[in-house]
Amino acid sequence: MTIKFALAFSGAALLLQPALALDTPPQQNAVEHFVLDNGLEVVVIPDHRAPVVTHMVWYKVGSADEPAGKSGIAHFFEHLMFKGTERFPAGELDATVTALGGNLNAFTTADVTAYFETVPPDALASMMDFEADRMRGLVLTDAVIGAERDVVLEERRQRVESSAQSLLTEEFTATLYQNHPYGIPTIGWMHEMEQLNRADAASFYEQYYAPNNAVLVVAGDVEPATVKTLAEQSYGQVERGPDLPPRLRPSEPERNTSASVTLHDPRVGLPSFLRAWVVPTYRTAEPGEAEALDLLAEILGGSSRSRFYQEVVVKSGTAAQAGAGYDGGAYDPSGFSIYGVPQGEHTLAEVEAAMDAELTRLITDGISADELDRAKARFRRGLIFARDAQQNMAQIYGSALATGRSVDDIEQWPERIRAVTPEQLQAVAKKYLDPATAVTSYLLPPATGAQ
Amino acid sequence: MTTLPLLRRALAVVATSFALLLTALPAQAEVVFQDITSPQGIDAWLVEDYAVPIITIRFAFEGGTTQDPAGKEGLTSLLTALFDEGAGTLDSESFQIALDDAGAEMGFIADADALYGSMRMLAEQRDEAVALLKLAIEAPRFDQNPIDRMRAQLVSGITAAAQNPNTTAQRQWATALYGEHPYARRSEGTLQTLASLTADDLRQLHQRQFARQKLHVGIVGAIDATDAAAMLDTLFGTLPDAPDLTTIADIDPQLGQDLHVPYELPQTSIFMAYPSLERDDPDYLTAYLMTQILGGDNFGSRLTTEVREERGLTYGISASLNNMAHSQALVIATATRADRAAETLAVIKDVVATMAEDGPDEDELAAAKKYLIGSYPINELSSSSAIANTLVGLQLRDLGIDYLARRPDLINAVTVDDIKAMAQRLLSVEPTILQMGPAPKP
Repeated sequence: MTIKFALAFSGAALLLQPALALDTPPQQNAVEHFVLDNGLEVVVIPDHRAPVVTHMVWYKVGSADEPAGKSGIAHFFEHLMFKGTERFPAGELDATVTALGGNLNAFTTADVTAYFETVPPDALASMMDFEADRMRGLVLTDAVIGAERDVVLEERRQRVESSAQSLLTEEFTATLYQNHPYGIPTIGWMHEMEQLNRADAASFYEQYYAPNNAVLVVAGDVEPATVKTLAEQSYGQVERGPDLPPRLRPSEPERNTSASVTLHDPRVGLPSFLRAWVVPTYRTAEPGEAEALDLLAEILGGSSRSRFYQEVVVKSGTAAQAGAGYDGGAYDPSGFSIYGVPQGEHTLAEVEAAMDAELTRLITDGISADELDRAKARFRRGLIFARDAQQNMAQIYGSALATGRSVDDIEQWPERIRAVTPEQLQAVAKKYLDPATAVTSYLLPPATGAQ
Repeated sequence: MTTLPLLRRALAVVATSFALLLTALPAQAEVVFQDITSPQGIDAWLVEDYAVPIITIRFAFEGGTTQDPAGKEGLTSLLTALFDEGAGTLDSESFQIALDDAGAEMGFIADADALYGSMRMLAEQRDEAVALLKLAIEAPRFDQNPIDRMRAQLVSGITAAAQNPNTTAQRQWATALYGEHPYARRSEGTLQTLASLTADDLRQLHQRQFARQKLHVGIVGAIDATDAAAMLDTLFGTLPDAPDLTTIADIDPQLGQDLHVPYELPQTSIFMAYPSLERDDPDYLTAYLMTQILGGDNFGSRLTTEVREERGLTYGISASLNNMAHSQALVIATATRADRAAETLAVIKDVVATMAEDGPDEDELAAAKKYLIGSYPINELSSSSAIANTLVGLQLRDLGIDYLARRPDLINAVTVDDIKAMAQRLLSVEPTILQMGPAPKP
């Protein structure tokens, strides 16, 4: 099935990659960064291996910035951005990119909305024309609103309503966050989505879509000087919008309780659990803490060499799956999570107990320098492999810059990872992963008393 | 065209190459496919690229899950899970630690027609990584403990999916189209067949399939042709010459059936199978263009326009050609709200009938041609892994190392009348339709 306009969820996401960056690149391919007079930030990542360029525009707005009661407007609006301007009617961007053999798409998360095209390098100027034009020039009519709202409602039915796991994740996330809008699903609650209208869309557009709230990322077979000239000719002509107020969302209060959310569903053949805590992210953490949390997730459950996998899957055979994840790239404090699925005759309770024991062991006994070095080596290797695809690089720079981090943050990341000590890692585990404040979701078969 | 830096070796390394000048602008990047043959006579295609200090190798042994003996379904799936679970003198844990230390990522996977292996390694640790891949290819151990663990994970996967209506739908779909043919067998196995699998079964399957004759290799990255040729001999030089494969019959999918999997869901999924063509049929690209216009992977296709854009009936709809080694089909797939499933199906049938009767117009065909020509480098050459995948795919389909250079002319030669005739041929046939969702109200 072709999926267009994929929607990424943030929150307790295991889905989002940790912020990655590259080792120092060769000089001729150095990343360039500059700001146009109207406030548009531009990043150029040269990569001359294939005659392809990835052009991405990131807006610093996501579902967590939506007005109360308008859940889903950020994502719905992303769809509406394809409905045409006075200069380029609906379908013309699609047709142009298609004729080039390129591809285009867009996505919305809790923190960002991004639009991108992958095309031959000589089409870059044309892509910039389209994106610069629709940054301020979108024409919205009631007619296009209605049909497209049906499409996003259908998208919600397909992604969420048809999946027990998705329904549970949605309500689990709503429980994990007591006050922050990360608790509201990016696609929106059905009853609020049904009410979204043209006025909502127009005011959202007016407020957030402007060059001074956007980041342009161009990666691929181009030179920074060319990109700068083209960007000034297109985006440079778009008027700066009003200054946006500081990006302050409602924040999380101290949590004093644990909680659990359970869904029984006839489609579930094997039980599973996911447990999460809201922890600082790269933008909000004390120096070194986010890096330590990143490595902690790797050591606990990031690969087949992780403690969960080796101890709970391989050695004891209690679990079929066991892992951990950290959403360190989120703008505000976000999820650190662990998850497990039992194997054979073992129960979910046994898996939880075994994973909790591993977590306790790490908090109590810490880790060796050797174990930490191996995890760091896997990160280093991941960075080199990430450079193999220009879309990865555009993603890394775009997501960081659109969520309050800088090019320096990205480029200094390997050094900051290298500096993490075993003691720091143990300290963040102890500080943040307190069983007394964990929120857990259980996905269970219909049988009563299943655990 | 590239020539090789010739080093003194027992046998000279032979190379021919084709530069793909992928766009009109002369200063732009190019990707050069080289055809190399190792001193021991093993062929591969190579793309040298030093921009990132990594090397990616991908290879395919023809065979795949259709080689599972009857009653041993799931054997290939279990086999592919065990290559990093111990080889040579290294047990599972020692092997995985060594692989981690070597900074390499290794993977094995199978489809119905081939078993694929791949490794992505850092150029600076190439020798360590290749030594481990060689062990995995030549001497997997199949120790009982990892067999039991991986079997348990496959069993978990089957148990987890057993209550999912998609599982039921997939079973019905495969059985309806392929009957008793191996394509209808369960590649993941069943609880019964998995329980019966032994280390000897795995060894036999490995020996039957891992041979040099039906091996296809692609190498991409920071390595020259001489070193790549030496790597081929290291990895595959000791394998037997010919595989011992079970012959798989060609089969036409059984069309004209109407299937319904009842399930109380808010959406109804719809799948429709029509006939298609062999990948090496001279008219294949005509069918491919027709499918692209009907429901290809870009906005503006007829199905997307009518079903999504005009009516908001779906989030996605596609038509694609399902090419397997022994069976072909054109498949339309979508999901729509349950109470409008009948309307959606009627719209799809109408779009299909119009295409069969009238064919495309000139503008649609021109746009589809441009898309298919331009998208190839963007989709198929976007990373080392994508390039390696393309190199192996072209070899498996026997399309030739110059295929990418010839492909635009082949596409441009197709006319509106060709497409119209093809649409009549493929789309006038009654399809097999499967709907999964709530039973229609009487």
